[in-house]
Amino acid sequence: MAKTESSTMKEGKERYKSGVIPYKKMGYWEPDYQIKETDVLAMFRLTPQKGVEPDECAAAVAGESSTATWTVVWTDRLTACEMYRAKAYRVDLVPNTGPGTDNEAQYFAYIAYDIDLFEGGSIANLTASIIGNVFGMKAVKALRLEDMHIPVAYLKTFQGPATGVIVERERMDKFGRPLLGATTKPKLGLSGRNYGRVVYEALKGGLDFMKDDENINSQPFMHWRDRFLYCMDAVNKASAATGEVKGHYMNVTAGTMEEMYERAEFAKSLGSIIVMIDLVIGYTAIQSMAKWARKNDMILHLHRAGNSTYSRQKNHGMSFRVICKWMRMAGVDHIHAGTVVGKLEGDPLMIRGYYDTLLDTHTKMQLEKGIFFDQDWASLNKCMPVASGGIHAGQMHQLIHYLGEDVVLQFGGGTIGHPDGIQAGAIANRTALEVMIQARNEGRDIWNEGPQILADAAKWCSPLKAGLDTWKDITFNYESTDSPDFVPTATGSV
Amino acid sequence: MMTNQGNRITQGQFSFLPDLTDVQITAQIKYALSKGWALSVEYTDDPHPRNTYWEMFGNPMFDLKDPAGIMMEVNNCRKTFPNHYIRVGAFSSVQGVESVTMSYIVNRPKQEPGFGLVRQETAGRTMRYTIHSYASDKPEGERY
Repeated sequence: MAKTESSTMKEGKERYKSGVIPYKKMGYWEPDYQIKETDVLAMFRLTPQKGVEPDECAAAVAGESSTATWTVVWTDRLTACEMYRAKAYRVDLVPNTGPGTDNEAQYFAYIAYDIDLFEGGSIANLTASIIGNVFGMKAVKALRLEDMHIPVAYLKTFQGPATGVIVERERMDKFGRPLLGATTKPKLGLSGRNYGRVVYEALKGGLDFMKDDENINSQPFMHWRDRFLYCMDAVNKASAATGEVKGHYMNVTAGTMEEMYERAEFAKSLGSIIVMIDLVIGYTAIQSMAKWARKNDMILHLHRAGNSTYSRQKNHGMSFRVICKWMRMAGVDHIHAGTVVGKLEGDPLMIRGYYDTLLDTHTKMQLEKGIFFDQDWASLNKCMPVASGGIHAGQMHQLIHYLGEDVVLQFGGGTIGHPDGIQAGAIANRTALEVMIQARNEGRDIWNEGPQILADAAKWCSPLKAGLDTWKDITFNYESTDSPDFVPTATGSV
Repeated sequence: MMTNQGNRITQGQFSFLPDLTDVQITAQIKYALSKGWALSVEYTDDPHPRNTYWEMFGNPMFDLKDPAGIMMEVNNCRKTFPNHYIRVGAFSSVQGVESVTMSYIVNRPKQEPGFGLVRQETAGRTMRYTIHSYASDKPEGERY
């Protein structure tokens, strides 16, 4: 889109006359703005209300997410207000929307914020501005936060993942392959004693981790202390039976911070290496738990419970990649980030974008993955993506192809639902994983040869054979709602 | 004897597969070299899950880029310690990693006695756990 002239009114008496003037004229639209290295950048997908110009709409978002209110206030003149105003500096029509298409016009609006608008080390403060008021404004019909660039100066005020991928692997003594996990099922109703049985069988069979589900806290059928005690017996027994470091994510989510700390301390006293929280506890509670985890040598797992309420629809809410960014800053070590092939929403390229956001030391702008900014991660630890939901051993080649090796693959049903029992399920998954990593490293084309590689291993591994026979035709082929706006185009080699 | 599926310690990348042949070990070494990683050979008679520091069979081979040469080191170690656990490791010195990138067992004792779990009962229902290696009851050098 051609750049529009800045129409900001000059500072002075006229500008501050009481009344209402367009946001654009108030100084929130600056197409010639020179981005500073220390600016926080945000990119929103705008659907303006009928009759509202896109650049005025972008200016309104910039205004309401920084200093503006609906009317002119003279008290602006007591401040360095030009600096504190966020500046919308670019508006692009979203490909395949607007006149000549079947879709309502949408725009990508880029906004720059001065770093002094934000308190260091506080996701709550950052988000209170960026997603605080703007999503309910009448001038915008729909709004979605697509991506953010966080300057190194601001990143350095955050702890980042308490443990990080590298140290987690060193503590677990597990290298060069994805980690394996499973969620205990059924997720509700098991007593502590029965629950620990599932944990023991799966860990002894060959998984690295077992996990509480997001809604397992302390219900009438199993109070939290019972669960922790039985699970730690299972973890240690399995560790002795295999000679490997094992863990169970103890979900410490509770109604208050005090209760969460109490549960986490108990997990620590029993020798657990990992605890777990849910996204619904809120950003500040997450940051508190990340500090606790760093202080107590604990790996911190985050379940993204609730995210799809605002991340799934493409026109309104926020992209999950922004959640990934904030959670890496907030300091969690694991986050559920999609499977591509499983039962939950996920376009392959978009999910690769989430994984890159969690794992890169520098991320380059890649529009086809939905990444709109370069991001230097300022040496913040890497956060381990977790792939969970409807995956099984027969998809191992696809999982490794799409997700790489820095990931926890969680086969809940795919372990516990195995026809020959939970240990057999775990053996099937671990054998499929090892054989596929071996083949990949030997240079074989696992994308095409994967099914054959698995079939060959099934000849000597009967649990794998039984697993493959049970789930061979299970796929979840639905169209993704959250898909990229840009497709990669082939360019001729130079 | 251990009671898990393979009656063996399952540390490392490939413990659920049949023992790797020399050709298969060499293929994994080639993969590591293609990534620019340095290979190492380590051995131990104390495979406790938290025994991080196995003995180094020489320093990591930063300058050796020949898979056959590295395989020779693996076999030298096997000859010297036929009844120890031996693992091949790879290290990356790239910023953001600077750690181990591969680790797999290439030699084991004939008998793997495994570990016992020692439970110390303390306050309430709480338990303190110790994983105890049966082999380490014997002095160094006489364990397997």
